[in-house]
Amino acid sequence: MTNVLLLIFTISLLYLGIAHRLLTYIKILAVQGILLFGIAFIELIQINAVNLTLILLETIVIKTIAIPLFLQYIMKRNRITRDTEPFLPNFISLIIITLIIIATFILSNTITDSRISRIFFVVALSTLFTGLYIIATRHKIITHVMGYLVIENGVFILSLAVGNEMPVLVNLGILLDIFASVFLLGIFVNRIGDELKDVDVDQLKSLKD
Amino acid sequence: MEVSMTGIYLAGALGLAALVFLNKNRIINYLLVIAFLFLQVGFTVYAYMHFNQTELHYFTFDGLGILLLVTLTIISIPAVYHSYIYLGSKQDNPGHTAIYFGAVIILLMALSAAYLSNHIAVTWIFVELTTLSASALIYHRRNNRSLEGTWKYVFVCAISITLVFIGILFLSFSLPQAGTEDLSFKNLISKGNTLNIFWLRLAFIFIFTGFTAKMGLVPMYTAGIDAKDKAPSPAGALLSSVLMNVGFVGIFRFYTVAANTNIHTWANHVMMISAILSIFVATVYMSRMKNIKRMFAYSSIEHAGIIILGLVAGGIGYYAAILHIILHSFVKSSLFFQQGQIYRVYKSKSIYDVGNYFKYNHTGAIVMLLAFFFSSAMPPSGLFISEFMIFRALFEANYLWLLVVVMILLTIIIWAFGKNVFKLLFTPPVEFKEENIEKINPMESLSQYILLGLVVYLGLNPPQEFVSLIQDAIQNLPH
Repeated sequence: MTNVLLLIFTISLLYLGIAHRLLTYIKILAVQGILLFGIAFIELIQINAVNLTLILLETIVIKTIAIPLFLQYIMKRNRITRDTEPFLPNFISLIIITLIIIATFILSNTITDSRISRIFFVVALSTLFTGLYIIATRHKIITHVMGYLVIENGVFILSLAVGNEMPVLVNLGILLDIFASVFLLGIFVNRIGDELKDVDVDQLKSLKD
Repeated sequence: MEVSMTGIYLAGALGLAALVFLNKNRIINYLLVIAFLFLQVGFTVYAYMHFNQTELHYFTFDGLGILLLVTLTIISIPAVYHSYIYLGSKQDNPGHTAIYFGAVIILLMALSAAYLSNHIAVTWIFVELTTLSASALIYHRRNNRSLEGTWKYVFVCAISITLVFIGILFLSFSLPQAGTEDLSFKNLISKGNTLNIFWLRLAFIFIFTGFTAKMGLVPMYTAGIDAKDKAPSPAGALLSSVLMNVGFVGIFRFYTVAANTNIHTWANHVMMISAILSIFVATVYMSRMKNIKRMFAYSSIEHAGIIILGLVAGGIGYYAAILHIILHSFVKSSLFFQQGQIYRVYKSKSIYDVGNYFKYNHTGAIVMLLAFFFSSAMPPSGLFISEFMIFRALFEANYLWLLVVVMILLTIIIWAFGKNVFKLLFTPPVEFKEENIEKINPMESLSQYILLGLVVYLGLNPPQEFVSLIQDAIQNLPH
């Protein structure tokens, strides 16, 4: 069951590569939240109940509901246009993300340790690099934040791989959400959408050498 | 439950910061900040008196922690004083002043805790806290450019802190199955030979890359430059001295773990590549830099590279690296404090708008001249001693080609730095109106003289306690 959920998660990364609209990105993030809820529930069922509840609530309330809704609200309030504006055509994005997944598969073959299941490693690393790829190839500030959220989901999967032995590390991963909320609040409070006209990283080029 | 001083310190600092945030009265805020300074000094003295004791399970007063804590406390007092001058001169909104001082208190508290932490996850939490508080300082001027600087800084630091977290996860994979789940540095060092090499290598790459954002090394140095440029100069002094040290603590403590395993040579090569690229980047940018503050920031990149080279070289280089980072903190913070005065005279950071500084601010110009000589490691600067030891260690470790490259790059840096500093000090500025120049009180430069004096004293005639603390810090490294 975990493997099925992890595979669906990987497919969602490919969908992220070809999605045109910001709203689709937000929906993918919400779906990933639900998948993480499922994986965490199956994997961590043995740990202490209070901690498990905390982790599950975090995935469902924050990752699946609060952050996507807030992103949608910011989009409306700051009047951000709905296109994702990638630098590269979507077809190339799809190929690159596929290559990322294949590369992590090959890398995972070098693992000799039997304790860590390879599929967690593969999915987590491909999510991480897909997130970095999205940050590097999209114009808008809000897509950068979404890329960061994708990276964070990858890290969460990786922490689940040791979740049974060290649940503390899963809790630490939750602290990363603080950063994401700082970004979102930063866009929200400063109305980066209004101040820097098009919410485009091209506006962030006055500091250079 | 036993009451520990660390607990009192953390709770006290948080409480004072909350009071400063809530309070809008200027005088009461200054009193609260002074109260925090007393708490900071008291905690530092307490830590020194209780050498090698562990409190709250996660904080140990070891050699490295105490050295950097004392450095932080020494720099924090002039930093608060210069912030007071800076904020007083701008007639700032009291709310913004409150946020500024509250962020300073949180930053200093988080840095102190991160220095003393003996557990990699606890270090990680407090490093995360330093990013949040530093971003409030960078954003202080609230214009588009500072917003841009803050955004870039927070984003790059968030990515880097995520990389460190991934490194910690890989590190937990590398632990042997035999019942140990303890990620404290002490346990990791003692279990060094049983760690899984594959996961440890991945962990080293991720943790090192993550902490380079704080320390200012290739690849993640970029955000720090914008941050130091856009932050008010007293905050810039903190960012380029004590905040850099927190990156060093992270790298150094984990390097100590790696040095006791089979990946020691490999880790040295990784760090060497990063260090040499950092010095190269600093050379390239400093030779064409026209913004004084950014030039200082790139000078920090250069010194961070030299410090890492000290670790790579080993032997006497370990000692020299610790000495170098402490002395560099004093020199660089006094340069940034002085930069605040330069800005008040010329109202500009560009090298084209400044000049003939000796005429307008005699005391400050002498600080500038001395700090330039000290920063480029000319005697009697203590940095001369530490750089000389690092070069000797490189020579002894058969890195002769590396030494030659580094020396050529450092010569170019001294030329570039000197060209701009002498322009600032002696060449008359073009179209500069002398009527409304702000008179700078010479007493404002006193703290810089004290810091520079410390650099000479600690370099040329280090007290015995200082030497033994450094030796304690490097005792776990293989000699």
